[in-house]
Amino acid sequence: MASARTSGLPRWVLVPAAAGALFIVLPLVALASRVQWGSFWSLVTSDSSREALLLSLRTSGTATVLCVVLGVPMALVLARTSFRGQALIRSLVLLPLVLPPVVGGIALLYTFGRQGLLGETIDVLGLQIAFSTTAVVIAQTFVSLPFLVVSLEGTLRTAGQRYEVVASTLGARPTTVLRRVTLPLVLPGLAAGAVLSFARALGEFGATITFAGSLEGVTRTLPLEIYLQRETDPDAAVALSLVLVVVAVLVIGLVRGRSNAL
Amino acid sequence: MRSIVVSAASILLLATTTACGTSDDNGSDDAATSSAPQDTSITVFAAASLKSSFTELGSAFEKANPGVTVTFNFAGSSDLVAQIQQGAPADVFASADTTNMDKATADDLVAGSPTDVATNTLEIATPPGNPAGVDSIDDLADPDVKVVLCAPEVPCGAAAAGVEKAAGISISPVSEEQSVTDVLGKVVSGEADAGLVYVTDVKAAGDKVRGVTFPESSRVVNTYPIAALTGSKHPDVAKAFADFVAGDQGQAVLAAAGFGAP
Repeated sequence: MASARTSGLPRWVLVPAAAGALFIVLPLVALASRVQWGSFWSLVTSDSSREALLLSLRTSGTATVLCVVLGVPMALVLARTSFRGQALIRSLVLLPLVLPPVVGGIALLYTFGRQGLLGETIDVLGLQIAFSTTAVVIAQTFVSLPFLVVSLEGTLRTAGQRYEVVASTLGARPTTVLRRVTLPLVLPGLAAGAVLSFARALGEFGATITFAGSLEGVTRTLPLEIYLQRETDPDAAVALSLVLVVVAVLVIGLVRGRSNAL
Repeated sequence: MRSIVVSAASILLLATTTACGTSDDNGSDDAATSSAPQDTSITVFAAASLKSSFTELGSAFEKANPGVTVTFNFAGSSDLVAQIQQGAPADVFASADTTNMDKATADDLVAGSPTDVATNTLEIATPPGNPAGVDSIDDLADPDVKVVLCAPEVPCGAAAAGVEKAAGISISPVSEEQSVTDVLGKVVSGEADAGLVYVTDVKAAGDKVRGVTFPESSRVVNTYPIAALTGSKHPDVAKAFADFVAGDQGQAVLAAAGFGAP
């Protein structure tokens, strides 16, 4: 991967490529250069910052688990079966990926909100979703589920069905094949998808602020805290932004590490 | 496997570009470039709460001054002042509070001195049916009433905190929103039982919300200053617009929207 292979590639391609790389890296450098290193630690460990980070980690973790629970069966159905309207279903599943998150938030509001489609049902069950941490998890799951489905479906297709066919001809029942053959085979892809879902959930902003609101320790995740701090304390906003950048770098490192291991 | 990671990474990129927040600075930069020599174009940065009044005043100003085009950028006052500090091409700035205008003045961005053109006070907004039966500011202290406020960091939240103090009550909001629009949104959608918003917001929302006035609101008054900016290429036109807003016609439009006299 790291070996320089320039054969066949025109030299001029390097110029726009370098410009593109600079375009991505420069804003991050600019952000880092604005960090007040003297007060960095106290800014990122203030009560409200800590609450926001812990809430973000907790909700993103829960959302990732939900993504795995719901997304693995979805990817299996999309990759291993064929039925009428499958292409349509696949497009719909991918929709949250391209939808502006604020649109997702509005849609969730009219589904799970008090006046929403399921509002009365939820009320009857005695649950309170509006302005609760549950609402944050719902918003995060909604936007990050497609990441897991897409990456796992790709892995499933690449892995192919040879081993599954062999296992079933040897008498293994479908559940056994799934458990002993399919899932172990795609585990690295599943892990990569889960990490990406986690990262997307961690960065979720638009759907959360529209659907869940913003209250310290309950619904105010790190991105919301950054957006709010910007109003009065830009230094704190910059410091917290850097924390999220570091998390993002770790996530990319994790995903790449997994793929290189294959 | 590598291709999956690459595609997953591109998905991540795609999502981050659509995940950006709610800032809205579209189209204001090229306003001055395309006009013919005899035409003059000015860009007005104005607080979001001034949107409908200023849009109306902009058309009236264009009619009164043929050849002049007025373009607007409406956003939160602190966003606007940050954009002006970073060199955004603005000719006039109208802030929803004196704090943000003071920031611009302190950085020598204001030509002359700002003129106060309007005031705004808070009012309780409830969904049309007023499901929680809110009649007074004291009702907002009831823990069973789901109240949404602005976060103390933003101007409307600072005003709400002032009102709480004036009324001698303590409100435990279910959410502290980023802007007054977000508060109104939670009330209109019926998620919240009540919210503290500006008088002008209740008026603009029409029958989507019910307004409940309370005497303590007069103790906390937000003042809206307007000023021509030193960065303007057309200082005369910029000043003329500011004077126009402060003049009879401007004051009449602002009063019709529910703003108080300065």
